[in-house]
Amino acid sequence: MSKTLNGAQIMCEALIAEGVDVMFGYPGGAIMPFYHALPEYPQLRHVLVRHEQAAGHAAEGYARTSGKVGVCVATSGPGATNLVTALADAMMDSVPIVAITGQVASSMIGKDAFQETDVTGITQPITKHNYLVTDINDLPRVFKEAFHIARTGRPGPVLIDVAKDVQQARAEFAYPAEVDLPGYRPTYDGNSRQIREAAALIATAERPLLMAGRGVLIANAHFELRELVEKTGIPVITTLLGISAIPEDHPLALGMPGMHGWVHVNRAIQQCDLLISVGARFDDRVTGKLDTFARHAKIIHIDIDPAEISKNVYADVPIVGDARSVLSALIAAVEPRDCAAWLQQVREMQATRSQKQYKNDSGLFRPHDVYAELTRIVRGAARFVTDVGQHQMWAAQLIDYLQPHSHITSGGLGTMGFALPAGVGVQIACPDEEVWVIAGDGGWQMNIQELATVVQEGLPLKMAIINNGFLGMVRQWQELFHERRYSATPMWSPDFIKVADAYGIPGLRIDSAAGVAAAIHTARGTRGPFLLEFVVEREVNVYPMVAPGASISEMFEEPAATEPVAIK
Amino acid sequence: MKHTLVALLRDQPGVLNRAVSLFRRRGFNIESLTVGHSEQPGISRMTLVVDGDNTSVEQVIKQLYKLIDVLKVSDVTADANVSRELVLAKVFAPPARRSDLMQIADIFGARVVDVTPDSLMVELTSEPDAADRFIDLLKSFGIREMVRTGCVAMVRGSSTVSAPKSVDRAA
Ligand SMILES: Cc1ncc(C[n+]2csc(CCOP(=O)(O)OP(=O)(O)O)c2C)c(N)n1
Repeated sequence: MSKTLNGAQIMCEALIAEGVDVMFGYPGGAIMPFYHALPEYPQLRHVLVRHEQAAGHAAEGYARTSGKVGVCVATSGPGATNLVTALADAMMDSVPIVAITGQVASSMIGKDAFQETDVTGITQPITKHNYLVTDINDLPRVFKEAFHIARTGRPGPVLIDVAKDVQQARAEFAYPAEVDLPGYRPTYDGNSRQIREAAALIATAERPLLMAGRGVLIANAHFELRELVEKTGIPVITTLLGISAIPEDHPLALGMPGMHGWVHVNRAIQQCDLLISVGARFDDRVTGKLDTFARHAKIIHIDIDPAEISKNVYADVPIVGDARSVLSALIAAVEPRDCAAWLQQVREMQATRSQKQYKNDSGLFRPHDVYAELTRIVRGAARFVTDVGQHQMWAAQLIDYLQPHSHITSGGLGTMGFALPAGVGVQIACPDEEVWVIAGDGGWQMNIQELATVVQEGLPLKMAIINNGFLGMVRQWQELFHERRYSATPMWSPDFIKVADAYGIPGLRIDSAAGVAAAIHTARGTRGPFLLEFVVEREVNVYPMVAPGASISEMFEEPAATEPVAIK
Repeated sequence: MKHTLVALLRDQPGVLNRAVSLFRRRGFNIESLTVGHSEQPGISRMTLVVDGDNTSVEQVIKQLYKLIDVLKVSDVTADANVSRELVLAKVFAPPARRSDLMQIADIFGARVVDVTPDSLMVELTSEPDAADRFIDLLKSFGIREMVRTGCVAMVRGSSTVSAPKSVDRAA
C-alpha cells in the first residue's frame, strides 16, 4: 500500500511513524519544501522558536523529561550551525534528539552555494551519528535508523541533513519495519557471571556506596534502584545528572558528590570500600583529582556504553548493560542485608556540617533564601530546569527533588542559555505540570528571546532569575583563584521585569528575603507565565567546594574560604 | 607497545573520516593506517598500527565500535599473523654503485622495477620492520623519492576476522 509522495511529505510521514507529535524549529530556504508540506499533517505540532539553538535545547528539554525523542528543525547554513551547541549538549548528556536540517540542492553541494555548510562534517564529533541524504529513496531508511540510533543504547543526538531537491523529488513511500545495522547492537542485559561477582562484593562490603547517574533516569530504573538499595541498605549518592533518580527525602539518599557536592558525600566516597556506579561516567567534576578518588573502594561500574568502563576509573567489576535490566538482575542476585552502622557513620559526618540549613542571620538577601522558600512551598511538586552557574549548583544542592526527571540541567557541556528554551520543551512535554526555569542574570540573557516562544505557545512557565549582577560562577573563581580580579564579570542588565512586560509576561522584582514567599505564591497563583527576579547579595559563593584539579578530600567550606577542610 | 588492529567498516560516505577524526579528537597515536576492499562487497578493511599501552588501545577499540558503521575490530597483535607493507623507493644509483644497491635489494627480496641512467626504483613487500631496515640501508645511496603503504595484516590459520551478518529477522 505504498503511495507516491514528495520527499517533504515522506519526512512528515516518517515523523508520524516514529510517534513524533511536536517539533521545535525555524524555517529557511533549504528546508522550505518540508515547511510547505507540514500543514498537511496537523498531528505534527510545530513550535516556532526565536533562534535555532533554542530549538535544539527545547527538543532536549522535551526528551529529557518525556524520554521520547525530541525533534528540532533548521535550514541549511546559519540555521544548522546555530544548532551546534545544542547537539553538543545532547551528546554530552546522552539526550535522544533528532535534528533535521535542510541542505542546498545536491547538484550544488561542494560548490559553496548560498547558505551551504558542511553540516554533517561540522557535527560529526558531536552527534551519535549523522546522515546527508541526496537520494530520496534513502529517506525512509535514514529516518528509521536515525530514530532507532537516537533512542536506543546510550541515547544521543542524530542529525539528518536533507538536500532540498530530495525534499522536492517524488517516490513511492513505504516505511521500513525494522532497521538493519549490523555494526550497532547495544548490550542490554548484563553478563550473569559479572552480576554474580557484583552480588558477592555487595554481600561482603562493609561500607558500600551506590552512585546513580543519568543512566538510571534514562533507563527509567528508579524503582529498581530503590528496590536494590532498600534490600541491601546501601546509601545512594546522585551525580548532578542523576538527581531525582531517588527521592531526596529517602532515608538512604545522601545527596550530590563532587566539586560542589556535600562534604559527607565526598567523605563517604573516600571512606567506602565498594562503589557501585550506575549510569555515571566519572566526570572530572565528580572525581576531582583522579588518583585520590575512592582509593579504598572496589569499583563496580554499570554502564550501557562499554567505552565508559575503565575510561577514567578502573572498574574491578565491569557490567555493560541497561541500568534497569542490570539492577533487576542484581536485586535477584543479592541477599538482604543492612548497612546501618555505615549509614550512621555517614549521617554523623553530615550532622556536624551546616548542610541544608539555610538559616540566615546576616540580614542580607542570599540566594539560599530563595531556594529554601521554593523547596518549602513547592514540596517536590514541580520540575526545575536550571541554567549554568552558581544558581545551578544551589538548585542542585538546596531544592528537594522527589519525582524522577524533576531536575533538568545542562551537565556535561554546561551550556549557559539552556534553561529557558529547555523549559519550553519541558513544559510542552508536561503541559499540566508546574515547571520552573531558574537562571542567572547572565544565562538568562543568552536566550532571552525565547520569551516570545513562551507567549506564542501559551506556556505557563514560572521563571526565576537569581540576579547577582555578576557572571557569578566565574566571579567566584576569580575571587578564590585569580586574586579577586573581576575581569569581565560585572554585568549590567536591563530591567528584566520591563522586558518581560514587553512580551506580555507579568513579573515581580524581589530584593529582600522577606518578600520571597509571597512572590512565589503570586507566581504560582497566576495563570500563565510569570517572572520573578530575585536581586540577591552580589558576592555570595557556592560552598562546599573542591578546587579545580584538587582531590575531593580537600573541600572548602563557608565562610573561611581559604582554609581547605581535610577529610579523613 | 605497538598494536596491530584490523577493523571492518561499512562502505558508507564519511566512514573513513569518522574513524580518522575520532583518533584526532581522542588524541590516539596512530602510526599507520591502510584501507581497502575486503572479501565482502560493501565492506572495507582497515589495518591500524597504534602505539600505546593496553588500556589506551582498548579505548581505541571501544571508541571505534561506537561508530555505527564499524562492524568489527580485532587486536591481532598477540595472534600469529602475517603483516606486510609495500615500499617503492627511487634511489640514486650511479653506475659505480648500482651493483651494491642491487645486491642489497636481492638480500631483502626487493625487485628493481624501473631503471634510469642514475637511479633505480625498487619495490619491496615485507614485514614493516624489515622495510625499516631496508630503507635505512637505502639512505646511504640517497633516496630521491619514497612511498610506504602502511601495514596490512591477516591472522594465520583458518580463523578469520569477519563482520556480523545483517539482522536475523527471525530472531
Ligand atoms: C555558553 C557559555 N559561555 C560561558 C560559560 C562559562 N560560564 C560558566 S558559569 C558562568 C557565569 C554564569 O553567570 P550567571 O548566568 O549570571 O549565573 P550565576 O553563576 O551568577 O548564577 C560562565 C560565564 C558557559 N558555561 N557557557
